[in-house]
Amino acid sequence: MTAFAALLLRDMRLAVRVGGGALVGVLFFLLVVTIVPFAIGPDLALLARIGPAILWLGALLASLLGLDRLIAADHEDGSLDLILAARTPLELTMATKAVAHWLTTGLPLVAATPLLGLLLNLDPTATGAVALTLAAGTPALTFIGLVGAALTVALRRGGLLLAVLILPLTIPVLIFGVAASNAAIVGPIPFGTPFTILCALTLMSAVIGPIAAAAALRQGLD
Amino acid sequence: MDLMRLVASDLACIRGGRQVFSGIGFALGEGEALVITGPNGAGKSSLLRLLAGLLRPLAGTLALEGGEPELTVAEQAHYLGHQDALKPALTVTENLDFWVRFLGGQAADVTTALAEVGLASIAALPAAYLSAGQRRRLSIARLIAVKRPLWLLDEPASALDIAAQAMLAALMRAHLSGGGLIVAAVHGPIGLDQSAELSLGGSR
Repeated sequence: MTAFAALLLRDMRLAVRVGGGALVGVLFFLLVVTIVPFAIGPDLALLARIGPAILWLGALLASLLGLDRLIAADHEDGSLDLILAARTPLELTMATKAVAHWLTTGLPLVAATPLLGLLLNLDPTATGAVALTLAAGTPALTFIGLVGAALTVALRRGGLLLAVLILPLTIPVLIFGVAASNAAIVGPIPFGTPFTILCALTLMSAVIGPIAAAAALRQGLD
Repeated sequence: MDLMRLVASDLACIRGGRQVFSGIGFALGEGEALVITGPNGAGKSSLLRLLAGLLRPLAGTLALEGGEPELTVAEQAHYLGHQDALKPALTVTENLDFWVRFLGGQAADVTTALAEVGLASIAALPAAYLSAGQRRRLSIARLIAVKRPLWLLDEPASALDIAAQAMLAALMRAHLSGGGLIVAAVHGPIGLDQSAELSLGGSR
């Protein structure tokens, strides 16, 4: 238990210190959401209608940003060698890294959503719905991204390949995240139906992601 | 409990389609050190990474007899590779403290270990400001802060000054006299007087 707590603490410390990527994601999210109204024009009704989709797209792209460093940084400085050889199960180590990554990059996106909802003319209910779906859905993005990060760990410039690999896998999360948000705003289906599936996707990726990432790392031993 | 013995037989390793070595075997008892020598590219690092479980052997067996049966050889070993496994953004203490906790040691040993490698005075400095030799000493501190019977050292003396090399030699002798085992890949003498030598050919 101490081992996982230590790893969680270390990864979160690294993310918030100089050179860490914790704030970059939020800034990117802010940028994406801010420039969309300029592209679409000042049609408030349209903005409110597509607002949830914009927020979700922004969050999806922002959550990709730090993923290429998630395991590659440990690979480059030799930490991954010690992690691979350690007594702690690699699956749980990977899950811990994903949790630390989500706490420092995913959670700030959720926290920034109410502010950005204002920019898109979303009413409080809609903003709350989007924030809730992001809170439930972004962990899935991180856990799916973990697999991509493990697969591209040895590549010098794995960032783009990682995005190409995992974006298709995140489409279900995007669909049900936006569907749940829209259900809360305009209906007609109840919010719970897509939201439950979104939660199921998160739980599923939380199990499969770390196992697949650990398998990818073991397979790539070299 | 039996005496601990590291036994390897007929190990072979392929990297990038090239056979690096084959038919390597040795046995190492408590308090004994094995020094691996050989020209560049002979497979010294590969053999150590293989012992540390970071490479899969093509053939052969490896066992730590008399060790804990539940654990693999790598899980009872310290691997000190070319890279120092340090995070520049963390301080000296935070770096060591993380590895000690992660590897299952006692947090109380961090200060002692830092003092032993002579880094106590810069414990609060971010690792980004350390010299190559200081980084090396910090990763050596990990070996003494967490107790493991087997040390796998890949050119442990690189970047160390004369005084630090003597310190390393003293630490290794202390480890051996406490019943530990050492396998080290070296280019020059590292101050272990009673050690077996395994010379890799360099079949290029």
